[in-house]
Amino acid sequence: MNDKPQENRRSFLIKVSLGLSALSAIAVAVPVFSALLAPLLEKTPELWRRVGSLDDFAVGTTNIVKFENADAKAWAGVTALSAAWLRRDEENLFTAFSANCTHLGCPIRWEAGAELFMCPCHGGVYYKDGTVASGPPPRALVQYQVRVNKNDVELLTAPIPLTPLLPSKQRT
Amino acid sequence: MKILKKIWNWIDDRSGFSEIFKPLMNHPVPPGSKWSYVFGSATLFCLILQIVTGIALSLLYQPSSSEAYHSLQFITHTAKFGNVLRGIHYFGASGMIIMVGIHMMRVYIMAAYKYPREMSWISGVLLLFLTIAMGFTGQLLRWDSNGVWSAVVAAEQMGRIPFIGKFIARLILGGDTIGGHSLSRLYSYHVFIIPAFIFLFVGYHLMLVVRNGISEPAKAGRPVDPKTYRQWYKDMLKKNGVPFWPYAAWRDILFGAATIIVIVFFAFVFGPPELTHPPDPSFIYTNPSPDWYMLSIFSLFALMPPKIESVVIFIGPIFTILILLSLPFLSNKGERSPIRRPWAVFGSACVFIFIFTLFLLGEKSAWSPHFDVKPLSKSTINSSNPSVIEGAHLFYKKGCLYCHRIGEQGGLKGPDLTKLSLRLSESDIKLRIVNGGSDMPAYGGILSSKELDAIVDFLKNSKQQ
Repeated sequence: MNDKPQENRRSFLIKVSLGLSALSAIAVAVPVFSALLAPLLEKTPELWRRVGSLDDFAVGTTNIVKFENADAKAWAGVTALSAAWLRRDEENLFTAFSANCTHLGCPIRWEAGAELFMCPCHGGVYYKDGTVASGPPPRALVQYQVRVNKNDVELLTAPIPLTPLLPSKQRT
Repeated sequence: MKILKKIWNWIDDRSGFSEIFKPLMNHPVPPGSKWSYVFGSATLFCLILQIVTGIALSLLYQPSSSEAYHSLQFITHTAKFGNVLRGIHYFGASGMIIMVGIHMMRVYIMAAYKYPREMSWISGVLLLFLTIAMGFTGQLLRWDSNGVWSAVVAAEQMGRIPFIGKFIARLILGGDTIGGHSLSRLYSYHVFIIPAFIFLFVGYHLMLVVRNGISEPAKAGRPVDPKTYRQWYKDMLKKNGVPFWPYAAWRDILFGAATIIVIVFFAFVFGPPELTHPPDPSFIYTNPSPDWYMLSIFSLFALMPPKIESVVIFIGPIFTILILLSLPFLSNKGERSPIRRPWAVFGSACVFIFIFTLFLLGEKSAWSPHFDVKPLSKSTINSSNPSVIEGAHLFYKKGCLYCHRIGEQGGLKGPDLTKLSLRLSESDIKLRIVNGGSDMPAYGGILSSKELDAIVDFLKNSKQQ
């Protein structure tokens, strides 16, 4: 007879308990997932970094330059650094190539005698303009923006270049 | 004595030890389940070894991008038995990968994944990939220049996945580039997140073993029929079953202990892999290469036709996982004996040969330029002709020798050119150098015509040796 109000009360309490559990789970999940997905929530700035003065680079040479990443954390130590290949094409014209092979990101080397960039991992080779010469790389080397600021050479920081599934730049 | 017994009885009664564990220890298993059944438990022994040595390492390791390398140096060269500890954890990982591989191969060849053990197979497949993920993240925690660049390679691979790839890459690196977040993140993946899933699925995997029983040794002409199997299995156990402890368990324990002894022996004799340069991402003179269990995939990346590669990097793993997961749905009944399933045996052998061949090729890494070659020796040049000597010099300077062999010197990527002029005419040689080939840069824009002539003179001369 009075089963029904009892039943209603029970089902109401079940709903309240489940609802509260869900609420507590969400309340915890928000900060937990914020930590898990932190790298996706942070916006990395792009900064001009000085990589040397004009006198450091002879015209026609290609040199490795090192610079601090844009979002370098105080506890990053040496891992805050990145490298790029910088060529002084003309008096006031520089080209900066990412040091990452477009195949799988391995560090490429400039072989001055051969005038080629070569990758140790899977044998990718690029011409001096960064286009693919041979091996597995699916696209040309990615370039950084460079500018000459008074007597300084500056480079605009950028993420490690990721090659998408279907790269838009044509293989040469 | 009596009082001790009384105390134990009290503990046992209130804790429920006997009540919980006795049925597990004594549960009947099919007779004849002998040495081929030890690989699953050996994997578990390796896992326990990894947990124990991993915890010990965590007492000495600094999980920070800037400090990890120094603490690894400390563990390897200063801490008492630190070198052996790292060695055990390293060879333990190898042992676990080997055991999980053999275990899986055996389950497939004996068709133990068929009814009613489909979920054992599925949870096992997930555990296989979790184990590989542990191996790879563990390799990255060896935070030297190889570790840093391997993390970049992993991020690049993930970057191929459409839409979400770049987000996954960021989650691996802890940002746009390697940095302060990278190592703490990889540490958390390796030490907390992936192990949490491993514990979950290992628990489930073991629970299923108890629930469904281990598969009886396969016999030709005794197919699995889902309608009658469970009853048949129950009756068989009742009639012929032997208690797990000690009749089956002793083999597991003996083999597991032997495995661990071998791992510790290797750790003592060979030690862990030596650390390379510090984890400075701006140091580029390094050749990142994975530990042996990833080498086959590494080779595949070098050898696939570049046109299909990006797609394969993305679709390959998904396809592999889907095929493995769908296996018990494609065939869950019928013959289990390998004698009646020759294609399964043949397929397994093919997969094994494929992976092993790629491994051997990876060991050789013929596709990598040999940056450390020395200029050609006088005896290899074998000429006093100035043009030939100049050609030999250019052959080295222009990087030809990185990929081509002359006599005993040079790389392995391109063809051996020692006797090139027996195969190609002078004009053909020139054409090839100027225009390049499918896997060779075109040197037309790099060499002057004088340099080209000198190199051709050198190549023409070398046949006379």
